[in-house]
Amino acid sequence: MSMTERHKKLEKNITLLSIGVFVTVAIGGIVEIAPLFWIDNTIEEVEGMRPYTPLEQAGRDIYIREGCYVCHSQMVRPFRDEVERYGHYSLAAESMYDHPFQWGSKRTGPDLARVGNRYSDEWHVQHLKDPQSVVPDSIMPSYSFLAEADLKVPDPAANLTALRRVGVPYSDEMVEKAAEDLKLQADPFGNAADLQARYPKAQVRDFDGNPQRLTEMDALVAYLQMLGTLVDVNSAAAQQELAQEKGR
Amino acid sequence: MESVLSRIGLWFGVLLLAVVAIVTAQDSGFAAHATIVAIVAFILIWATAGSYDPLGKAQSLFRMPDTPTRYDDDVIRWGVLATLFWGMAGFLVGVIIALQLVFPELNVEPWLNFGRMRPLHTSAVIFAFGGNALIATSFYVVQRTCRAQLAFPTLARFVFWGYQLFIVLAATGYLLGITQSREYAEPEWYVDLWLTIVWVAYFAVFVGTIIRRKEPHIYVANWFYLAFIVTIALLHIVNNLALPVSLVGTKSYSLFAGVQDALTQWWYGHNAVGFFLTAGFLAMMYYFVPKQAERPVYSYRLSIIHFWSLIFLYIWAGPHHLHYTALPDWAQTLGMVFSVMLWMPSWGGMINGLMTLNGAWDKVRTDPIIRMMVLALAFYGMSTFEGPMMSIKAVNSLSHYTDWTIGHVHSGALGWNGMITFACVYFLVPRLWQRERMYSLRMINWHFWLATVGIVFYAASMWVAGVTQGLMWREYDPATGFLVNSFIDTVAALEPMYLLRAFGGLLYLTGAAVMVYNVWMTLAGRLRVEAPMSDAAYDEAADRPITAVPAE
Repeated sequence: MSMTERHKKLEKNITLLSIGVFVTVAIGGIVEIAPLFWIDNTIEEVEGMRPYTPLEQAGRDIYIREGCYVCHSQMVRPFRDEVERYGHYSLAAESMYDHPFQWGSKRTGPDLARVGNRYSDEWHVQHLKDPQSVVPDSIMPSYSFLAEADLKVPDPAANLTALRRVGVPYSDEMVEKAAEDLKLQADPFGNAADLQARYPKAQVRDFDGNPQRLTEMDALVAYLQMLGTLVDVNSAAAQQELAQEKGR
Repeated sequence: MESVLSRIGLWFGVLLLAVVAIVTAQDSGFAAHATIVAIVAFILIWATAGSYDPLGKAQSLFRMPDTPTRYDDDVIRWGVLATLFWGMAGFLVGVIIALQLVFPELNVEPWLNFGRMRPLHTSAVIFAFGGNALIATSFYVVQRTCRAQLAFPTLARFVFWGYQLFIVLAATGYLLGITQSREYAEPEWYVDLWLTIVWVAYFAVFVGTIIRRKEPHIYVANWFYLAFIVTIALLHIVNNLALPVSLVGTKSYSLFAGVQDALTQWWYGHNAVGFFLTAGFLAMMYYFVPKQAERPVYSYRLSIIHFWSLIFLYIWAGPHHLHYTALPDWAQTLGMVFSVMLWMPSWGGMINGLMTLNGAWDKVRTDPIIRMMVLALAFYGMSTFEGPMMSIKAVNSLSHYTDWTIGHVHSGALGWNGMITFACVYFLVPRLWQRERMYSLRMINWHFWLATVGIVFYAASMWVAGVTQGLMWREYDPATGFLVNSFIDTVAALEPMYLLRAFGGLLYLTGAAVMVYNVWMTLAGRLRVEAPMSDAAYDEAADRPITAVPAE
């Protein structure tokens, strides 16, 4: 029986045809995606990764809301020019708490994976308010409204709880103190020792140049200033672990 | 119509007042009386609205024939109109955001900033323009090839209007900043749930119609529509797995993180191209090209091989969007290999479409609709060669993150999806509105050339921009060993290219506007008096056999 003869069975039976289509398209996804969830070396654990603070997470939500990922990637590829331009290439572990990931697909503007601590807060605020005032050839839109908008997170604890349910290791204490931590991180006069114990390397200060108000600008700059700062990729320990990395 | 609306508005005002009175009443007696007034107002609204038929008004506005037809075409007519409307909207937003990249002052913060407008453009052209074209043509094709009416007429109308609601929710959401940030899957969880319901209804109508068929065989176009509907359902559900923060809030967090999230997204993203913009539009090709050319499909056997190999291979190609990222190497290589293999079934489909014109090639000269179809297939072939090439890791290291990708996407979207859709619209409108022909064939020709030249400007400028950008990023000074260009140098270098791109987009938009005018006049029942398209005069002297001249 020729191929066309045998195919007639499928062509005359919508159930068989539908099942055939479903099985055919399911194979690729199962073979490619499913193993990523159980092959151990997909993500090599590195020291320093921690969940985002409530303020950083709020900034990240603004980053997503404004569609920053449309023009900025957060994924440095392992090429000489990229490493020299942006810093060490990105590790899988560095986005392990990113729900959703923000690797991006287009660089109309530069990569931001390691932009943290590269510029001052004042530079970021000025740049977001009026990009052309600091980079004359820039084609970035202005985001001055962020400095005017009070940061409104309806329920910071609920955000952390949702993230915990999808796998981010927030402790009970972190969830409980979420609302408090959100304000504290941008408060230059508060006592943030506890916060910094919960979230090592958390930067605590007023970010937007206006200590009286907690604005969306505070949150976004807090997020930008921590990008790529958690893992010390150049430390000896990290280098050694990367050298031992196999089969990636 | 206005009097009905104003009466409803009056009663609605009374109802509102009554509700306010109930809430603020000082004593229960007043509240009880206000309740009676509210009930009366509600009944009056109900009764007034009952006599109101906005759909009927709209149908007469668009001159829809009300004579009974053999097939259920009403929802298809609406689909064609929606395709035109969303097409214009999507192209217009495209031109605006192209100009924003040249003149940043065109950004109006916060709602009309590039970051919010770009998803509006992509969703409007892919899901609103393309999606409506797919729904309309699939309902048209499945009825004709099965010789059966749509299985569930009410459900079919729900599919159409439910899908429009999805589009409106998605589009307004982007401008308000409601997004999951998953490219081509930006709408938030509740909009995704709504689309799932609509999609299940779509599947039921489509498969139900096939079950009612009077033909023993299911025609090849329907295989492709079926694969499109089934696979999009699978992709949509898996990629949008997310946990809402609150059941009465927009925000959700995706179930997966980092690497796994990235691959799930690009498995989805690439197959939105593969099954929405390829399989579905190939279904259009398999019905409308043979119909317009009045020739059978070139090869039945090739159709079978083309279909199964295309849907099997496409699904693997997603990782080529993540070359040299933190995705494991094995997955990247697998994605690259399957992407290169994908070249073959893609060209198989192109050949099957083009060869259908065997014996009818003269129509490329005389029939602008056939010409559009041929150009669409040519662009399909070109972008399905370019795609596998760009998925090779060495090429991708240069092209990724640059405008080359944007150029590639648009040669496929403007050339293949746009052109084949325009051709189908020109095929459908006279038949659906029972007109002799389109208002003007010459305007179709104008549309063809405006769009073609627009695509050339677009694709060429983006190739140059992409390669320039990629090379400038990696340019080293051989003397000092330092990077030559700062990032902003590469931005400034692209400005002229961005301007040319916007010009190309403007030409494409103008072509679409000519189409809308042409369709509008056709709906009005007008026929333009114009010279015929092929006007080569008969020359008796030239009409003689060519005799062989021996070589000297």
